[in-house]
Amino acid sequence: MIQARGLARTFPTKHGEVAAVRGVDLDVAPGEIVGFLGPNGAGKTTTLRMLTTLLAPTAGTATVAGHDLRADPAGVRRRIGYVAQTGGTDPATPVGEELELQARLYGVPGRAERIAKLCARLELDGLAARPSAALSGGQRRRLDIALGLVHRPPLVFLDEPTTGLDPQSRGNLWEHIRRLRDEDGTTVFLTTHYLDEADALCDRLLIIDRGRIVAEGTPDELKRRVSGDVVTLELGAGAERARAALEAHPAVREATADGGTVRLTVDNGDRELMGLVRALDAAGVELTSLRLARPTLDDVFLTVTGRSLREAA
Amino acid sequence: MSQIVRDTYLIFMRHLRPTLRNKVALVFGALQPLLYLLLFGPLLKDVFGGGGSWQVFVPGILIQLVLFGAGFAGFGLIADLRSGVVERLRVTPVSRVALLLGRVLRDTVVLAAQALLLVAAGVALGLRAPVGGVVVGLAFVVTLAVSIASLSYVLAMMTRTEDAFAPLLSTVTLPLMLLGGILLPMSMAPGWLDVLSRFTPFRYLVDATREAFQGHYATAAVGQGAAVALVLLVVSVTLGVRRFRRENA
Repeated sequence: MIQARGLARTFPTKHGEVAAVRGVDLDVAPGEIVGFLGPNGAGKTTTLRMLTTLLAPTAGTATVAGHDLRADPAGVRRRIGYVAQTGGTDPATPVGEELELQARLYGVPGRAERIAKLCARLELDGLAARPSAALSGGQRRRLDIALGLVHRPPLVFLDEPTTGLDPQSRGNLWEHIRRLRDEDGTTVFLTTHYLDEADALCDRLLIIDRGRIVAEGTPDELKRRVSGDVVTLELGAGAERARAALEAHPAVREATADGGTVRLTVDNGDRELMGLVRALDAAGVELTSLRLARPTLDDVFLTVTGRSLREAA
Repeated sequence: MSQIVRDTYLIFMRHLRPTLRNKVALVFGALQPLLYLLLFGPLLKDVFGGGGSWQVFVPGILIQLVLFGAGFAGFGLIADLRSGVVERLRVTPVSRVALLLGRVLRDTVVLAAQALLLVAAGVALGLRAPVGGVVVGLAFVVTLAVSIASLSYVLAMMTRTEDAFAPLLSTVTLPLMLLGGILLPMSMAPGWLDVLSRFTPFRYLVDATREAFQGHYATAAVGQGAAVALVLLVVSVTLGVRRFRRENA
């Protein structure tokens, strides 16, 4: 659905050229939800603006939704939807008018029916006469998304779709985004700097930092790249005996004992847990509690970029 | 081509609808020139002697209406840039030219309606002008409105914030208004001022509209006015179209 090679963009400033994006290669398959993850200023929005024809690349090529970005931007525009971070509605214009205009500009056949269906689906029914200034944050976001979907594009770009929404609206929006993929086979390319969002919503992630893609994979693959899972054991007594017994276990990479606590770094911790407990049992050690912590995407980010996403953002 | 026409109509209607919803705003937009007409116009009676003063004053006020009315058009674009409407529309297949022309057309229609309102007010106050002359005058108004609105949008695209746009706008419009001889004809000016005013386009448009209102059509002033109006139109719309076609506009 998207193939980009060496996509780059520099901006002229008073102090010479600044490279916002320095050669991005990316491939997105049809029907995927792909998350584009990175701190502010990493080049997420610049890349998105290039892929959506809003900004001409200074170098590189891309095919988006079957059309060449440089040679046929109009062809790309007809086949994509784009929902900007700031939205794109006029506060005073009624919801119905915005949708009607958008549908007409795309030449959508069966306009009224399409708009009614979209409104029902995105929980916007009965709001047609209301100006967008009178909508709640979640409603306005869903209106932005409806505007991006009115022509049934096979590919939708969402820039920070849930920024500024309350937790309930976020969860609700995630559901709507999943339904796009599951029911219509729509490919979704979204940017986010929320790790939980990337984790919960995306089939695949691309991590961008300082204008370059530094890692990609499914959330699980990426997490596996980070030093394994952490298993913490609380023991009444015999911590040192437990450590010695577990260190020999093939899945354990590292084991440390501290007072009544043993900390292990384990590959595939969820699968190996049973074996660890058996090894403890064989060594005759009583277990009080056991905790498995999987690495978070923040750990992944820290590993690939050398800084925490939360700090960077 | 048919796409440009269709898209221009869609963008035109989008921007016209708020005006149709709020017709009072239409009158308020013409309030300033209307006040000039009511509170300043009568003073000119003695300067020109009798009813002829309206034939001089109303054309000036019409050009002033366009200069300020169309000049302020850019503010609407800045609001749309900020809310993201411009960007949203630019991702659709809409013709880039239509995004400019639809707006300009709407501004022109509104200004034409306001100009008619001012002419009607002028007639009520004592303006006597031939219908043909008024029609020619309104043609000047419309041509100028298209030009000034286009330029205002170019300026708005370049500045992108009200804070930068507003001072620039008033720096440009006030001297142009004064040098155009809008309140009093430049034929009354001392030599240096008369020469200076000939370097501004409005001088020619105001003079031509005044001639037309007096029923003189085949004169040098009307010819010069028409030529200046057309050159201004071509230059302004070309600049506007180029700016709206540019990728990061």
